[in-house]
Amino acid sequence: MSQVHIDVRYVANLARLELTDAEVATFQPQLESILGYVEALSKLDVTRIDPSAHGTPVFGNMRDDVPHPSLSQEAVLQNAPDQAQGQIRVPKVVTDA
Amino acid sequence: MPNNPLVFNSCSMTITQLRQALLAGEITPAAILEKLVGEIAIRDGRTGAYLSYPLEAALAEAAGVDLSLPLGGIPIAIKDNISVLGQPCTCGSKFLENYISPYDATVIRKLRAAGAIPFGRMNQDEFAMGSATENSAFQVTRNPHDPLRIPGGSSGGSAAAVADFTAIAALGSDTGGSIRQPASHCGIVGLKPTYGRVSRYGLVAFASSLDQIGPLTQSVEDAARILQAIAGADPHDSTCLDTPVPDYLSGLQDGVKGLKLGIPKEYFGEGIHPGVRRNVEAAIQRLAAQGAEIIDISLPHTEHALATYYVIAPAEASSNLSRFDGIRYGHRAANPTDILDLYKKSREEGFGPEVKRRIILGTWVLSSGYYDTYYGKAQKIRSLIRSDFENAFQQVDAILSPVAPTPARRIGSVSDDPIQEYLSDIFTLAANLAGIPGISIPCGLTDFDGGTDLPVGLQILGPHLGEAVLLQIAKAAEMD
Repeated sequence: MSQVHIDVRYVANLARLELTDAEVATFQPQLESILGYVEALSKLDVTRIDPSAHGTPVFGNMRDDVPHPSLSQEAVLQNAPDQAQGQIRVPKVVTDA
Repeated sequence: MPNNPLVFNSCSMTITQLRQALLAGEITPAAILEKLVGEIAIRDGRTGAYLSYPLEAALAEAAGVDLSLPLGGIPIAIKDNISVLGQPCTCGSKFLENYISPYDATVIRKLRAAGAIPFGRMNQDEFAMGSATENSAFQVTRNPHDPLRIPGGSSGGSAAAVADFTAIAALGSDTGGSIRQPASHCGIVGLKPTYGRVSRYGLVAFASSLDQIGPLTQSVEDAARILQAIAGADPHDSTCLDTPVPDYLSGLQDGVKGLKLGIPKEYFGEGIHPGVRRNVEAAIQRLAAQGAEIIDISLPHTEHALATYYVIAPAEASSNLSRFDGIRYGHRAANPTDILDLYKKSREEGFGPEVKRRIILGTWVLSSGYYDTYYGKAQKIRSLIRSDFENAFQQVDAILSPVAPTPARRIGSVSDDPIQEYLSDIFTLAANLAGIPGISIPCGLTDFDGGTDLPVGLQILGPHLGEAVLLQIAKAAEMD
């Protein structure tokens, strides 16, 4: 098993995930162990092999592009953690210049 | 009617038997529900399969149910990652603890169209990531055969309830074995259909190219009945196949005479518990005795399936789970400093460790500089695994193997190394990578490091859309 180093906190930040120091300490060896195991794939020669995105040869079965009723505003908002005036409220996104 | 012995035993009856009793007027849909609630009250404290069960809503449905429909009056337990309008859908996660589904999954609509009553939300590993149902944020589910053991996972609540007779039948989801492995551990039938046979609309996505919904039942015939109801095209899922749905019941009794059944040598190597091997080999012998031709085959890329899976599944999961950001639904952290802090803290607080591990792993294998090395490569090896099966099905009608290398392990006995836990799916996940159907049926009991004897499952894999022949073989292999 070759040694793979992963910067756990950096990757977690890419995934918008905050981690405690304890989590980083736990995940570091676990993730490196998994990646070490996965490394075995790199030894396989797959030069002339096409990739498969799915197991079945699925061609998008598109429905007809006809408008139809969707969920109501009330149904869509029912799970929003914070809402006002029929909209979802979030912290300020654009800061003053 | 409470003195009718049929009512008393209704929870251990199959769908087939209950349907006969319903049509004969010996029992009512409401009586089945009331009896189930009684059984849940007695035994679910020990098993922990149910997260909730809204009886009033189910009774209201039962009152208006059409008994002439194929599943008329039959309650079906639902894994907690399948949406039922107005009911919780926690996915076993704190993140969705207070979430209420605003719509029905297509499988729910189809079950109701067949007369069934969705009843009960079944515990699972968080976002279906796990093989033990120990990764639920809410409770541990226990194996009805031995409460010190896992029921398997991730559809552990669905499997445990059916095995415990607190549910007649259930729906689960299978991304790498999450229907078949718990069915095996609990001694029941579990079917993962062909990718695209059943709509995924309303199933909370884990790995979209691998996920498939399927039934967990007491009998092969019951699995056929449920598949019949839920299979078929759906305008809401573009990966759902519009191939006509065959009659899964008509050929069920046709037997295995003249069928060619492949035994892949890669699935019978080292690391299989002797009791599993003995029972699976005995099941193969029983099928041979009924006239099946047993053929040794090879699936040469099997050894790479686990690594391939653990690139593709986390990659897709990291993408799918990015929707859980604390904005539109689910958990939102209190007092964030800004929007980025809101995302990061909500996800930190809402997700458990296995989910975080897989999000980080998936983000890594998709990140710039590593994409080709990991994800691109895994997709190519996926093609090799697929063609292994295609080649095999030129030779044989179906493939037989164990479902899991060992019977159910003890709760809490998992190692710190996630790879050890991932190995429990080694025989099931290739079917998801290849998109083929697979069924797990009970084939015997074995001792496993002391305690009660535990169920062993036989796995039958078939070609794309080969569910009918799979069920036919499973029926022949089914023990009384």
